[in-house]
Amino acid sequence: MLGLSQQALLRLPWRRSLESIALPVIALTAALIIFGGFCAMAGANPFQVYGSIYKAAFGRWSAWQHTLILSAPLMLTALCTALPARLGLVIIGNEGALVMGGLAAMATGLGLGITLPPLMVQLAMAAAGMAAGGLWIMLAGALRYYRGVNETISSLLLNYIAIAIMNHLVEGPMRDASFVIKPSSAELDPANWLGAIPGSRIHFGLLYGLVVCLLAYVLIQRTPFGFAARIVGGNIRAARIAGLPVGKLTLAICFLGGSAAGLAGMVEVAAVQKRINQSLVSNYGYAGILVAFVSRHNPLATILAAILLGGILASGGILQRSHNLPDATVLVFQGIVFLCVLYSESLYGKFPCFREGEG
Amino acid sequence: MPNHRPLRLSRRQIIRSILATTAFGAVTKLNTGCAPSSNSSDTSSANGSGNVAVGFIYVGPKDDFGYNQAHAEGAQAMATVPGVKIIEQASVPETAAVLETMRSMIEIDGATVLFPTSFGYFDPYILELAVEFPDVQFFHAGGLYQEEVHPDNVGSYFGYIDEAQYIAGIVAGHMSQTSKLGFVAAKPIPQVLRNINSFTLGAKSVNPEITTQVIFTGDWALPVKEAEATNSLADQGIDVVTCHVDSPKVVMETAEKRDVFSSGYHANQAPLAPKGYLTGAEWDWASTYTSLGKAFVQGKTLMNGGIDHVLRGGLAEKFCKLSPYGSAVNDAAKADAEAAKAKLLKGGLVIYQGELKDNKGNVILAAGEKYEQQNLALESMDWLIEGVKGNIDG
Repeated sequence: MLGLSQQALLRLPWRRSLESIALPVIALTAALIIFGGFCAMAGANPFQVYGSIYKAAFGRWSAWQHTLILSAPLMLTALCTALPARLGLVIIGNEGALVMGGLAAMATGLGLGITLPPLMVQLAMAAAGMAAGGLWIMLAGALRYYRGVNETISSLLLNYIAIAIMNHLVEGPMRDASFVIKPSSAELDPANWLGAIPGSRIHFGLLYGLVVCLLAYVLIQRTPFGFAARIVGGNIRAARIAGLPVGKLTLAICFLGGSAAGLAGMVEVAAVQKRINQSLVSNYGYAGILVAFVSRHNPLATILAAILLGGILASGGILQRSHNLPDATVLVFQGIVFLCVLYSESLYGKFPCFREGEG
Repeated sequence: MPNHRPLRLSRRQIIRSILATTAFGAVTKLNTGCAPSSNSSDTSSANGSGNVAVGFIYVGPKDDFGYNQAHAEGAQAMATVPGVKIIEQASVPETAAVLETMRSMIEIDGATVLFPTSFGYFDPYILELAVEFPDVQFFHAGGLYQEEVHPDNVGSYFGYIDEAQYIAGIVAGHMSQTSKLGFVAAKPIPQVLRNINSFTLGAKSVNPEITTQVIFTGDWALPVKEAEATNSLADQGIDVVTCHVDSPKVVMETAEKRDVFSSGYHANQAPLAPKGYLTGAEWDWASTYTSLGKAFVQGKTLMNGGIDHVLRGGLAEKFCKLSPYGSAVNDAAKADAEAAKAKLLKGGLVIYQGELKDNKGNVILAAGEKYEQQNLALESMDWLIEGVKGNIDG
């Protein structure tokens, strides 16, 4: 008797993990088949298209670098949705947190200039970006906890406010009049730029992303804090009865999520754009929501999902240039993948072969 | 136990989703009819026989009835030059994505000339890559090249499209019954102000009573605000509307619905407003790009001095042109417009000449003074001339 139930206990997590790997793979395959039909209708050979996508995204080192550069900010912005989701909150204010983070980081970087060693300036910029992004999303969390305002709507609206604040600052107080291309802040001192990882053209933002995702994984899965957060996400009443500080947890996890997106903003201004302007608003935040859902809010899976989406985005050019597909094709592909993965969410636990005690 | 419902996907559901997806594909195929194929083979049949591969990058879709379409039409014209092969990529944001796109056009497609057309691609993206690839030529639309400061393989080209706006203003001035014109503008930057002022000066040259009401929407692509602005202009009794936004589509369509005349910008929008479209200030990149394409095939480059680093021109140099007159335009308007155009082509007309006051009463140019087209004062314009109702401070 005892032996049997032990065996069942051992088998359970194994089958569950298999399910959580197999289902996304099945969803992706389904997406590929549907997208293949789409390509065929649009007059391109689906197999050649897949070949090109693979080559352009992962085919060689240069393509890998392209993919990783595009995926670096997504890892961070995804956490802005993924972390609060563990607590049962649907936060989509990633874009706003990224913008606020970028703004605070740039203000810090410009303010410090070259008074400190570059590493110190970069750390200060990162801290400022994380604090700004964190406080921004904490606002949505606080509205939720204290006033019962729907956090999805409020965080979405906060995006627009953040963008408006940025527009106001770069067209007014922070504007560098000598830069005529578009209203922008002054340029960050070259000494403070985040350079490329030696031997590649990938900026250090990728490392930031990987490290933060790992830390987030440990925090959620291996610490009392993460455990408490997951309990609240599972059943908020039970958590209250168990005496968990739901309010503090809500604010803290919103802060952490927002600070990840804020860090993405810092990386974007310090490594890529070097100034603040409208280009900072380029959908990294919204793409991050997609990554978070695809990875089922697991910070480790976020890394993989971000690289996958980065690869899809990186292949967008080849679809246009080699196959004469319209520029929106890559968005269609992205949309189909998203829908298939979301639909597959509803299939967990429905395949008998993944269930304990059967098959 | 909640989770024991078996998996159910009805046949109907599956058939429906397949149908929906394929229908989507078919629609997309129809919509891209305006982009004839220039390169359809997957295998890189690239640079045999001394061909020049030229890459074009756009910030939005190629068929936006605006800025990007104007460049894409020019690119198609360049593709007809023997020996030139073009590679295009649309909807590339002004982020690390454009760096990667340029790099992959150079490394994978073998492009030796690039036209990253959006204004915002220049600094830092074009400048960064130009240093890394000194043998590749980068051409940028805009007045930003500085000799000695920027790399030798970077050039800039731009047109004095306000000349076309001036002529469009003459037509608008003739056709307006209420003597009130409207201008939907994105941001109060010098290029935009110059178009507003030239349009107004053209209109005032035939009807001194004319006023132009300006509405700044605040950004380059805000379709909803652009529609609201156009409606509010029409509500004020304004009967000719023009604009300077990335895609004039919404403004033109809204004007047509409200039965007011419209004057286009960037590209020809006549198909959007068949009744009310008067004329429009269009880029003529086809002529600029064709002559550049011929120069590339002959082996001329920026680096060997065969091509100037700064290319500028107006109507005479065929950097810009006017849309064909719409059916509503009367003969008097056409006659005046053609006369002014002939003068501009000969070089006998200066748009900005004294006495000229701004709309706050300050004298910009005293009687007898003038700003020739090349005058740098015009490129840092921060005033609206008398007759324009609006405020650049928002």
